[in-house]
Amino acid sequence: MIIQQLINGMILGSVYALLALGYTMVYGIIKLINFAHGDIYMLGAYFGYFFLRVLHLNFFIALIFSMAICAVLGMLIEFIAYRPLRHSPRIAVLISALGVSFLLENGMSYLFGSDKRSFPQAIKTIQYHFGSLQISNIQIIIITTAIILMILLNIIVKKTKMGRAMRAVSADEEAAILMGINVNRTISFTFAIGSALAAAGGMLIGLYYNNIDPLMGMTPGIKAFVAAVLGGIGIIPGAALGGWLIGILETMTQAVGLSNYKDAVVYAILIIILLLKPTGILGKNKREKV
Amino acid sequence: MTKAVLKTRELSVKFGGVTAVNKVTIEAHENELVGLIGPNGAGKTTLFNLLTGVYKPTSGEVVIDDGDQLVNINQLPPYKRAQLGIARTFQNIRLFKSRTVVENVLIAMTAKNRPYVVQAMLRTPSFYKKEAQNREKALSLLEIFGMTNVADELANNLPYGQQRRLEIVRALATTPKILFLDEPAAGMNPQETQALTELIKQIQVQFKITIVLIEHDMNLVMAVSERLYVLEYGKVLATGTPKEIQNNPAVIKAYLGEEG
Amino acid sequence: MDKAHIKYTLSWATLTLMIIILIFVMTMFGIIGPYGMTTIVLIGINLIAAVGLNLVIGMSGQFSLGHAGFMAIGAYATALIVTSVPTIFGFIISLFVGAILSGIVALIVGIPTLRLRGDYLAIATLGVSEIIRILIMNFKITRGPAGIFAIPAFVNWQVVFGLGVLSIIIVVNLVRSPTGRAIIAVRDNEIAAESLGINTTKYKVIAFVLGAILAAIAGGLRASFIQSVSPQDFTFMQSITILIIVVLGGIGSISGTVLTAVALGILDVVLQNFGSLRMVVYAVVLIIVMLFRPQGLLGRSEFSLKKMLFDSGGDHDKGRSKDA
Repeated sequence: MIIQQLINGMILGSVYALLALGYTMVYGIIKLINFAHGDIYMLGAYFGYFFLRVLHLNFFIALIFSMAICAVLGMLIEFIAYRPLRHSPRIAVLISALGVSFLLENGMSYLFGSDKRSFPQAIKTIQYHFGSLQISNIQIIIITTAIILMILLNIIVKKTKMGRAMRAVSADEEAAILMGINVNRTISFTFAIGSALAAAGGMLIGLYYNNIDPLMGMTPGIKAFVAAVLGGIGIIPGAALGGWLIGILETMTQAVGLSNYKDAVVYAILIIILLLKPTGILGKNKREKV
Repeated sequence: MTKAVLKTRELSVKFGGVTAVNKVTIEAHENELVGLIGPNGAGKTTLFNLLTGVYKPTSGEVVIDDGDQLVNINQLPPYKRAQLGIARTFQNIRLFKSRTVVENVLIAMTAKNRPYVVQAMLRTPSFYKKEAQNREKALSLLEIFGMTNVADELANNLPYGQQRRLEIVRALATTPKILFLDEPAAGMNPQETQALTELIKQIQVQFKITIVLIEHDMNLVMAVSERLYVLEYGKVLATGTPKEIQNNPAVIKAYLGEEG
Repeated sequence: MDKAHIKYTLSWATLTLMIIILIFVMTMFGIIGPYGMTTIVLIGINLIAAVGLNLVIGMSGQFSLGHAGFMAIGAYATALIVTSVPTIFGFIISLFVGAILSGIVALIVGIPTLRLRGDYLAIATLGVSEIIRILIMNFKITRGPAGIFAIPAFVNWQVVFGLGVLSIIIVVNLVRSPTGRAIIAVRDNEIAAESLGINTTKYKVIAFVLGAILAAIAGGLRASFIQSVSPQDFTFMQSITILIIVVLGGIGSISGTVLTAVALGILDVVLQNFGSLRMVVYAVVLIIVMLFRPQGLLGRSEFSLKKMLFDSGGDHDKGRSKDA
């Protein structure tokens, strides 16, 4: 029973983790809580819907297309709404991000209606039983896709030139400029990667829950941000860890019959962890030089 | 010899594996001007941070003389130490930049004054009277340092030398017993340093307080200090009058030697 | 109190009186109908909450995303008390109870969490606010997700106007006092403030608690004015609505907050004409305003009658808006 809940938690947590990775990368590089990130996840689901329902593409091809389009959109949003504010007070960028979030949510509601629509069942659900454990092929797809994407991300960040540039700009923007790194391009790239991961999350959740709507990104967006903070914001493995932890925590609270309080439990644990370790689980304490 | 107002006993602090300050035992006496010198990274500022409470020591203790009794202030946060009469300036200037010069001084007076929140909310005549009195006090302090003409400028708009000076005035506004100055001459030109030398001497005489000074400018530190401690690798290498230190072979080897 | 102070106080009082007379006259001639009246009251309620949040974010520099939680406490206190004691006396008591309760919660939450920095504090306060909302949603006494209906109405524009002016006076008087100077000092440079004997946690908590009290009063007024409360009214979005007023007005500028609360209230009326495009236009306006005025309407400076009426030039405050 506990193992079953653990598995279910891992599945949900994988999606949070995909979203949290984008939050944490963007935060790491420009110190912005990108409130529009959850809405990219929603857009990813909508593009997926379009490719599956209208163009009848294979799920994985649709996934790649949707990720690519959202990557471009992510770069575009950064270029229009965040880049001009790079040297403004941080809170100004934050409000601009909120504006983008409102625009995407309400724009989509205006164009496609605010009702839920059912996500195409591109892959037929098959349940597998292992003793008392039960797992579906959809769940396996979600968790494998998430893990593959995380491995890919890890390779990109650790092994490619762009990845090194990302880490350099995160660590010290000015030094990165002096080393000849193109900061604008690096930031664009970070938004592209983060948005692609969010889009994948959106499509996977569409497949899992079978429905999507323009406001579907709000709650998971906040949860994923919480996950990023929990793991230690700006730290990539921290986001994955935080995502899974929150997913598991949520399913566990539901399993013990506290489902009405599941979000409260998540927040309470977050606050306790922050009080014990103010920079998150994997965060490093930085001392201000006096 | 006058009585000690500040003592440390085998004070140490470790960061990770590095012992930044290693079993330092020093003392400063009433109205004494003590210099603290040593090569970069010797642990001078770390020692200041231990004395003022920014860092907590790994072992050892800090004791001050509060009236007639010795008080162990090891566990006290910086603001409580300040209330007991410890004031400081910072190597990297830390003014309240969005505030005016006189406001910077007024802020330093907050802890010593009784708050008058109710009067402030109701804007009673006594509020205006108290505000005027405090401003008068702040201005008279600024006057000693020739800063009344810039009293209503934003701290941020002052020239560099004046900002350093304001930090000292602000520290004095807390009516301290001991004043810690962390590289007050850093970034100053020779004229400004000369003026600062006079200023430090003047403070010692006029305010009758103990001053502990970290400084790399040897002319300044030798001119004003009555006694010096030399720190190297977090340890006290030597102590004595400026003359003794200048002739101490170990110090010359470790420190003055490298300056040529 | 010297002559100059009397002069400035009187000119502000005159301006306030003129606004009151203007509203009265416009109501008398039917220029402000029932809908306009609702707008005015809601502007006033947002203003009270935003002035409180500006004290927390602008003056003490603590990034709180939990204002909705404190508004909820005030709203439910009023809803519950006024439905059982439906008199003006019950209403006044309910505002006090909400304010005190909210202040106590802010105190309990603030002492440990205000050690956190920047975005960590933001997320912790968001968490607190959500926990408050979830508890309200699950408690029997607060009647779950449906909320409380048919709350007796005791709020008119005069009440809100009066309390709005009062909260502005309280915050401005606090800011321009030794306590306020200490709060701002902690914002400007925490380490320096502490080295001067200022108990930084204490001053952060003072600002946070007062902010929470004003939020609770705004919530209480809202409950009795709208005559219903539900947990859905106090989600994260409510905190954001108030945050936007503060940031657009200029963080740390109380007059900026007042002007923006009014401007956004009027914008809301104008946007009604856009029908379902309303929120889309609002979002675009928000982005454009930020792109062209990232420091907010007034930056950190204040709208000053003194400068307008009594000074001829010599504007040394200008430097303040730059670093905001």
